[in-house]
Amino acid sequence: MAKENIDQFLEGDGLDSEREKTIGQHIGYRYDVNLVPDMERCTPFLHKYMEVMGWQDLNWLEDVHMGYEEGNPAVFDRNINGWVTIPTNIDLPDNQQDRDMIARELLVKFQMAKGHPMVDLRNAYAKFA
Amino acid sequence: MGSVTTSHDMGLHEEQLAGRTQQMFFSASEEENFTYPWAYEVDTDKSAEFDAADMEITDINLKIRELMKSGHGTITVNNPRAKHSLGVGILNRVNLNFNGSLGYFGCGLADGANIRISGRVGWSCAENMMAGTVVIEKNAGSLFGAAIRGGDLVCKGQAGARVGIDQKGGTIIVGGSVGAFTGFMMQRGRMIILGDAGDNLGDSMYDGTIYVAGKIASLGVDCVETELTDLDKRYLKGKLDLYGMAAPNGIDNIIKLTSGKQLWNYDNLEATEKKLVL
Repeated sequence: MAKENIDQFLEGDGLDSEREKTIGQHIGYRYDVNLVPDMERCTPFLHKYMEVMGWQDLNWLEDVHMGYEEGNPAVFDRNINGWVTIPTNIDLPDNQQDRDMIARELLVKFQMAKGHPMVDLRNAYAKFA
Repeated sequence: MGSVTTSHDMGLHEEQLAGRTQQMFFSASEEENFTYPWAYEVDTDKSAEFDAADMEITDINLKIRELMKSGHGTITVNNPRAKHSLGVGILNRVNLNFNGSLGYFGCGLADGANIRISGRVGWSCAENMMAGTVVIEKNAGSLFGAAIRGGDLVCKGQAGARVGIDQKGGTIIVGGSVGAFTGFMMQRGRMIILGDAGDNLGDSMYDGTIYVAGKIASLGVDCVETELTDLDKRYLKGKLDLYGMAAPNGIDNIIKLTSGKQLWNYDNLEATEKKLVL
């Protein structure tokens, strides 16, 4: 079996099946949503995050993966219902597991930052102070 | 406290929406926060407990909020007496213990809390949970973990029908058996059932993974058996160990189920339609 090209969604259109070629669009997510995390690849930041939260594994971050949106590596932020682009100065590792760990770290940093759009939305609409 | 006027004053209605939402990271290297900017600062060594026997539901939830506000990171609620909607909307790091049972819709929308319930829970426990852990020591009603999006939801006893209906992420673990239509319309996440599963397991599941250690009455439409990999086994062992649980016949005999993807139906207009709508 030929080795999967991890950069297919960055380099090309990522159309694999006959159905995808017919409709000219990749079907579904551009990453494996069912890929369970390899905890041995956790970054120091994620270890610290788990410790602060009182968790022994990645918890909700198990569902976070590095995706590929319109040719850019990106991570989906459920709190803004949109993709957040991975900074171009970050070198992408050669495997999805390490890429997922980077996506998780960046997503936590983004969501917990004071500049996150949810902060403004909360100030505008929150029922409780 | 926000209002419609506030949102207009803040200019939130002036943004021109065009195309897909895609945001650039700001300075990712400088940020190192682990909790939401609005979260209460709590110390898990600072604990408090109160008796909820004669309290109204709203008062119990407000009391929990007040205790978090004053820095209590470990809160115990005694005698919840199966009241509905307790412990909902907690968007904070906190250890919350309920000594007793909860009614319907307990612990919904939890985002970051670690919750333990010593008794049973009614319908729709931890509905729309976002992150954290919810552990129930006894049985759970139907719709357990409906539309859960993240975190670990654990029931050490049996659970009713439609467990994890519309699951969009996270991990649901049931130590006993589950009822019919478990995993109905599952879209993402993982479900680990250590007992038996009722009829139509994983019916119309779109994505996600269901692991079953016991017998399956019947599979639903487009739910298919898949090979259990070494990564799955390692993951299952790690996750079950966390909650002191184990597969009765060993990890190797767990059945893994995923979507057959026969119901997937996209068309090439979707992207254009999205842009038109936006």
